[in-house]
Amino acid sequence: MSKKILTVDDSRTIRDMLKLALSDAGHTVIQAEDGVRGVEVLEAAGLVDVIITDINMPRMDGYGFIEHVRSGTSNRATPILVLTTESEPAKKLRARNAGATGWIVKPFNPDKLLAAIRRVSP
Amino acid sequence: MDPMEAIKQTYFQECDELLLAMEEGLISMENGEADGEVINAVFRAVHSIKGGGGAFGFEALVGFAHTFETVLDMVRSGTLAASGDVVKVLLRAGDKLADFVAAARNGSELVTDTDVEAELTNLSGATDEAEKAAAAEMESLQFTPVHVDLDDEPAPQRPADAWKIRFAPHADLYAKANEPFLLIRELRTLGETEVGADVSGIPELASIDPEQSYLSWDIVLRGCPNRAAIEEVFEFVSGDCELDIQEELPKPTVDIPVLPDEAQPAGTVIVQVEKEQIEKKSAAVQLPTENAPKQTIRVDLDKVDRLVNIVGELVITQAMLTQRVMECGQARTTAVAAGLNELEHLLRELQEGVMAIRTQPVKSVFQRMPRLVRELAAQTNKQVHLVLEGEATEVDKTVIERLGEPLTHMIRNAIDHGLESAEERIAAGKPAEGTVTLSAEHRGGRIVIEVSDDGRGIDRSRVRHKAIEKGLISPSATLSDEETDNLIFLPGFSTANQVSNISGRGVGLDVVRRNIVDLGGRIVTSSTVRKGSRFSLTLPLTLAVLDGMIVAAGDQTFVLPLSHIVESLLPKASDVRPFGSQGRLLNVRGVYVPLVSVGELLSVQRSLSDPAAGVVILVESEGIGRVALAVDAIVGQRQVVIKSFESNFHHIAGIAAATILGDGRVALILDIDGLVARCREAANRSTELQQAIGA
Amino acid sequence: MSPNEQESAHDRRQYITFLATGQEFAADIMAIREIRGWTDTTALPHVPDYVRGVINLRGMVLPVIDLKARLGLGLTEATPKHVIIVVNSGERTIGLLVDAVSDILTVTSAEIQSVPDVVRESQNEYVEGIAVLDGRMVTLLAMTKLTSSLSVEKTMDQAA
Repeated sequence: MSKKILTVDDSRTIRDMLKLALSDAGHTVIQAEDGVRGVEVLEAAGLVDVIITDINMPRMDGYGFIEHVRSGTSNRATPILVLTTESEPAKKLRARNAGATGWIVKPFNPDKLLAAIRRVSP
Repeated sequence: MDPMEAIKQTYFQECDELLLAMEEGLISMENGEADGEVINAVFRAVHSIKGGGGAFGFEALVGFAHTFETVLDMVRSGTLAASGDVVKVLLRAGDKLADFVAAARNGSELVTDTDVEAELTNLSGATDEAEKAAAAEMESLQFTPVHVDLDDEPAPQRPADAWKIRFAPHADLYAKANEPFLLIRELRTLGETEVGADVSGIPELASIDPEQSYLSWDIVLRGCPNRAAIEEVFEFVSGDCELDIQEELPKPTVDIPVLPDEAQPAGTVIVQVEKEQIEKKSAAVQLPTENAPKQTIRVDLDKVDRLVNIVGELVITQAMLTQRVMECGQARTTAVAAGLNELEHLLRELQEGVMAIRTQPVKSVFQRMPRLVRELAAQTNKQVHLVLEGEATEVDKTVIERLGEPLTHMIRNAIDHGLESAEERIAAGKPAEGTVTLSAEHRGGRIVIEVSDDGRGIDRSRVRHKAIEKGLISPSATLSDEETDNLIFLPGFSTANQVSNISGRGVGLDVVRRNIVDLGGRIVTSSTVRKGSRFSLTLPLTLAVLDGMIVAAGDQTFVLPLSHIVESLLPKASDVRPFGSQGRLLNVRGVYVPLVSVGELLSVQRSLSDPAAGVVILVESEGIGRVALAVDAIVGQRQVVIKSFESNFHHIAGIAAATILGDGRVALILDIDGLVARCREAANRSTELQQAIGA
Repeated sequence: MSPNEQESAHDRRQYITFLATGQEFAADIMAIREIRGWTDTTALPHVPDYVRGVINLRGMVLPVIDLKARLGLGLTEATPKHVIIVVNSGERTIGLLVDAVSDILTVTSAEIQSVPDVVRESQNEYVEGIAVLDGRMVTLLAMTKLTSSLSVEKTMDQAA
């Protein structure tokens, strides 16, 4: 089933890789390069099925973005996955406390990415 | 192209941008101008390079970036103060990271320089092992379920027949958008399940809070050999639920109805209702990826180049069209002529607009210099401070591409020969740190780039001596200070007693000058002894078009670059004076200027032999000053598209390039300096002429 | 196919033949970009006489070499009936002025003989060999040598 997925990451490389993996699996991808833009894109898009966001970003970081989404209305219950690297357990915890549903470890491979999505989205 | 390859290209492009941002940030940290946001930006740049690198398996790069990132994290969190020494290490680490990226880009191995890495590790105060141990500890904490049943069999070696799982989500689990349904669905991929929902906690409908959790599940899982797989399913929610996993051997005593596959779990029904009420019509709004007018878009340079070429052809074709129409006798006042005029204006605007797309700030070239300066300063053991000015000055990309090499040379020269060592400087009453200033600005329709230093200046007597020694000037020649300074551009000239391995890589200043002149530019140097020197480099704003004056000599048409033209005049026979055996001078309002016949110089047939019968164009030539060029007539003045000449042929002295005129024929664009140099060679024997030129 | 036949099958190349000064020449068809009629050139200063000048080839500045003059046999009196063969070789594109284009030939390497030593030295640079076909003698030109020799001409220019 095709899902609508929002990806938020300041790295063009990561955005491209996510888009490639997700659209190959038949999903629709919309993108933003930081939290502020993510909020704008989300407002225009309405409801999305999954949100994937990085943590370190300019203007508004991942934590701020997650908190914003969770305090809003439309996407309050939308699963949010954070992109994190192996050695950042403290960041994972903080993201979860902000309201993240789960995480994907960088570098990710498409299979892991899709498995994580399956785990949080029907 | 394979999509991953395309993304790899994107990655390297992104690395270039990130490395620049990183360096900028580090430099402002060095200058003490950095705030928290700048430090954050530096951290993010390195972090992103690391992130992408991991995806492509650049292990060495990732390893180094990780160490670098750790230190940066400490700086941004305030744990480590960004003192001058610390920033110096960071700058070197940044250079090293750039090397790693370059190595990854061309697939080569980088010999790990343990120095920088060791310094970074020192700063971070932790070894790799300690870090990994800390991380492992955190990880293991997360996997521990909240309730540990100590009655479990201690030895997990024999595979369990079944697991009994009690799963009671907290409200937080739902708040983070996790779904028990999905978790159970995943459990079912591990083996056979019997799932029972415990609905005992659900209160009356009226008092249900949709955000609370009232349900829990008892699940029996068969056929799954290990506990870790089960724990992994609940990985995301381990802190937000009560999870009890036990090995279970006996059959379940209670008949638990198995939930049908497609059913919505009971617990979600109520929440769904709420969701539906909130949910709007989900007509997806397709966002254009580039919409806001303030944003920029990325365009392949190839596309822009093609556009520029086509517009160039348009200009030529329009000129041809106009010419044909004029030849047909259409008077200037007819609608056709008016239309053509309009066309010309529009095209000119179009051309300017398109050329503007291709202009870039010189910043992209300037940004390479700080690292060069750092390396040179280290190599020569001198203290150097680099000041950059006018980085936003914009120039066409054709020029930008050719700037790097001469700039590098001039900076090398300044540091290697210009600046003194710290001790010498102190002895001379100067600050120990030498300053090199690199600036760019628009001046008179050209771009002027200057590299100046506050070093020892040019030792003129030594230069003069060397030049005489090498037979480049005659011993009796008198030269002004400026002319002496510019002797260093002559081929074969080098004042260093041994060619330093920095400046003298076989490419002398004469080659630098030749390359610049070929581009239609000029380079001169001036200096004050003990105070410093300056290189001044001028280049046209674009190498694609040229404002030119069309002149005729004999049956040929030539183009003279307007930038070199001072004025044009109709000479009187009485103003022309013979000089020496072959030369001629022209009296221009009391000043005698060398007179050169273009037709003669270029061996054009049937050109006027008497300069007074034609027109004289007074031009400014580098190093010589003014020269009068005699031509038969002036045909017009136009912007012409420069066509490369040398790509299919070889260089001809005096010819800069070619263009295609309105009649479709090729016209040669003259290189004023080259022409004059040519004529100078011919007149070399006449010392009198040389002296006159110096006058 | 016998081994011999197989071998020659691989060594076949196509050539365009053209006439200049009453002789027949040929050039590898892969090197030839197009063929056009003669138009007046813009002369270049201080170049050897066989460099007739440059013309505008759809926006590209194309140098034109007079083959007859290059062979030391004097300048061609060019008319619109004459032909310029536009040749690509390496990074350069040049035009070759000849009298007319005649044919397309397929030549196997077996049919190519090397140049006899008696022939003038200067020609050896760009003559690949001689083919004898149907009783005609065709001189095969090595275009890359012809075009690259242009840079050698620099020395002449400097002497001027």
